[in-house]
Amino acid sequence: MKRRLLIALPYAWLLIFFLVPFGIVLKISLSDIALAIPPYVPTMKDGFWTMLSGLDLENYAFIGAGAVVAAFAAVALCVVMFNIVYPRVRRALVPDTPNGFFDTAAAALTALAVALVNVAVIVGVLALLLPQLRAFVDIPDFLYFAAYLSSLKIAIISTFFTLLIGYPIAYGMARAPEHWRPTLLMLVILPFWTSFLIRVYAWIGILSTEGYLNQFLLGLGVISEPLTILNTNAAVYVGIVYTYLPFMVLPIYAALEKMDDSLVEAAEDLGCTALSAFWLITAPLSKPGVIAGCFLVFIPTLGEFVIPSLLGGSDTVMIGKVLWEEFFNNRDWPVASAVAVMLLLILIVPIVLFQRNQQIEREADR
Amino acid sequence: MRMAQPRPDAVFAPWDDPSETPLIQFKNVTKRFGDFTAIDDLTLDIYAREFFALLGPSGCGKTTLMRMLAGFETPTEGTILLDGVDIGPVPPNERPVNMMFQSYALFPHLTVWENIAFGLKRSDMPKDQIGDRVERMLKLTQLGKFAKRKPHQISGGQRQRVALARSLAKAPKLLLLDEPLGALDKKLRHETQFELMDIQESTGTTFVIVTHDQEEAMTVASRVAVMVDGNLAQVATPDQIYEAPTSAYVADFIGDVNLIEGAVEAGSTGTDVAIKWSATEEPIKATSDTPPPAASTVQFAIRPEKVAISSEKPDAANVMEGKILDIAYLGNISTYHVEVAPGLIVKAQATNTRRISRRNLTWEDHVYLSWTDTAGVVLTE
Repeated sequence: MKRRLLIALPYAWLLIFFLVPFGIVLKISLSDIALAIPPYVPTMKDGFWTMLSGLDLENYAFIGAGAVVAAFAAVALCVVMFNIVYPRVRRALVPDTPNGFFDTAAAALTALAVALVNVAVIVGVLALLLPQLRAFVDIPDFLYFAAYLSSLKIAIISTFFTLLIGYPIAYGMARAPEHWRPTLLMLVILPFWTSFLIRVYAWIGILSTEGYLNQFLLGLGVISEPLTILNTNAAVYVGIVYTYLPFMVLPIYAALEKMDDSLVEAAEDLGCTALSAFWLITAPLSKPGVIAGCFLVFIPTLGEFVIPSLLGGSDTVMIGKVLWEEFFNNRDWPVASAVAVMLLLILIVPIVLFQRNQQIEREADR
Repeated sequence: MRMAQPRPDAVFAPWDDPSETPLIQFKNVTKRFGDFTAIDDLTLDIYAREFFALLGPSGCGKTTLMRMLAGFETPTEGTILLDGVDIGPVPPNERPVNMMFQSYALFPHLTVWENIAFGLKRSDMPKDQIGDRVERMLKLTQLGKFAKRKPHQISGGQRQRVALARSLAKAPKLLLLDEPLGALDKKLRHETQFELMDIQESTGTTFVIVTHDQEEAMTVASRVAVMVDGNLAQVATPDQIYEAPTSAYVADFIGDVNLIEGAVEAGSTGTDVAIKWSATEEPIKATSDTPPPAASTVQFAIRPEKVAISSEKPDAANVMEGKILDIAYLGNISTYHVEVAPGLIVKAQATNTRRISRRNLTWEDHVYLSWTDTAGVVLTE
């Protein structure tokens, strides 16, 4: 009893400090913009019941939340069908150890059929729902929906590049001599000792038209006139990959370091070349680290605001930046709040998937 | 201690047959890691169908020798021949050699079945034969029930068998076993030693085992190589290693031994050697096929179980008087530590054929130790 009380206390604290601000934001998102202080109506001054009856969903309709929710539901449906329903149905229909050619062929056909049924179900559900949702999906201002999509695109692409650069770094660290590893680990963590903002500003100095990169390339004679990198999406990718690289390297390194070196030797002993040993042994065993790293980069990147506003140009549309502009430039708190609430809803999916991955890894360790 | 090789027709001893060609030949192999010499100018022949044990303390180079056979290390100097072919430039994945790792190195993301099939899938074996081969390996190692389990879902002994099945699946010419039983508890280790021997017999594969456990080496091996500091101290059958060690190091490393230092007395005839070990006591009478020259310093080595202990003076070639200092009671046998001269303790072993209350020897007793003139060996190294 005492112990529960003890645990309940910090949890209650955390819950309150999540729920109260969220409740306030949710309330503002349901209000209407007004030239007042605070810049929305209704407020508590009008009395609680009047305030409640004054709340509506028109901000959500304005930012095209219906479309977001619909797209979101479609993605969730696909994930559920292929991650949960498909493997279970296949397991139920296909025998575990195929004997001979006939069984293998039958198993492949069954798996294909199940997959096709899956796709059919998804398409059917969407086709049935979409006409009914047309009014709901109608988007008055395409900016917000485009910003969500563009954020998603930037997050996916930069996660991919971070993985592409982070994996070899983590691999090199895990393969380095034992006495070098703490130093290398320190070097990965070192950037955290300085302010994130200053490091992003430093990139302005590097990437700008008169920046070090252009000077260097001009000096080498590789280019004849300065490249425009700053204030483009390319600069945003550079900034995101640079900033989030440690979040990718550390979990992959943790997974690789824990791996027994003799596994790769065993694979080579059994006839693998170095490359196939990597694909068959190292890659699958580092998968949990890769997934964890990808989520750790993807989730914060989706709502990233500082990097696109400092390094990006006017054509870089990210939902974090839109949120900022809505709040401080337009002083439209209700719409900004609605955007924030939608962003939170979208982030729930990768966060839940991330938790699931961590859970699976913990169970595998046991 | 050692099971006789079940070959009633002929003794398996290709190393004594000059017409046999060895499967593996180490020719003046040296391996250095920086300044450290792991293997020092080593020459060794291993024959087909042998169960060959590399025995030695940690750091003696036995694992390096094995890793050179597997292809994970290349010799700094010298050549290694397998079936007459220099395997120096052959990478591990192309050698007809498989290895069972000390840590077993089972692939944790694959099932037992997939682990065993792993090597076969990399070979040119037709797909439909892989299943049969895996099933045969599962049967050989009695793992049929566990085929679908992952390595972390089975016990240590079962993991050891999966590792063995996986390394045997490709039917290698040579199987290397790196401390294969190190992670098992004592009882399971004993059972598994006999299983290993049965499997080696039934598959006819050449096994090379690395171990620091002398009992294990003696039990399973047809020949044992005792290694020290990158050199071979002795290569012989287990009984020769035990009964006729060529150096004090080997005698001391294998089993329990009494080493008595002395000088060879002049006037020995034929194979007889008399060793003066004390100014006042009678010299030790022993025999040697190659008697050392008179006055040279030698070590007389005798196993405790070959020393008899009694309270009355027996009639034997060698008799020593002494006082019991210590008794180590091991159940089936007792070891008596007897001080025969100031500072010289000789161990004698007696089988406890009677219950403890009927035995008459105890601490501080005055006793006689005795042994025949052929019981011990004279060592010059």
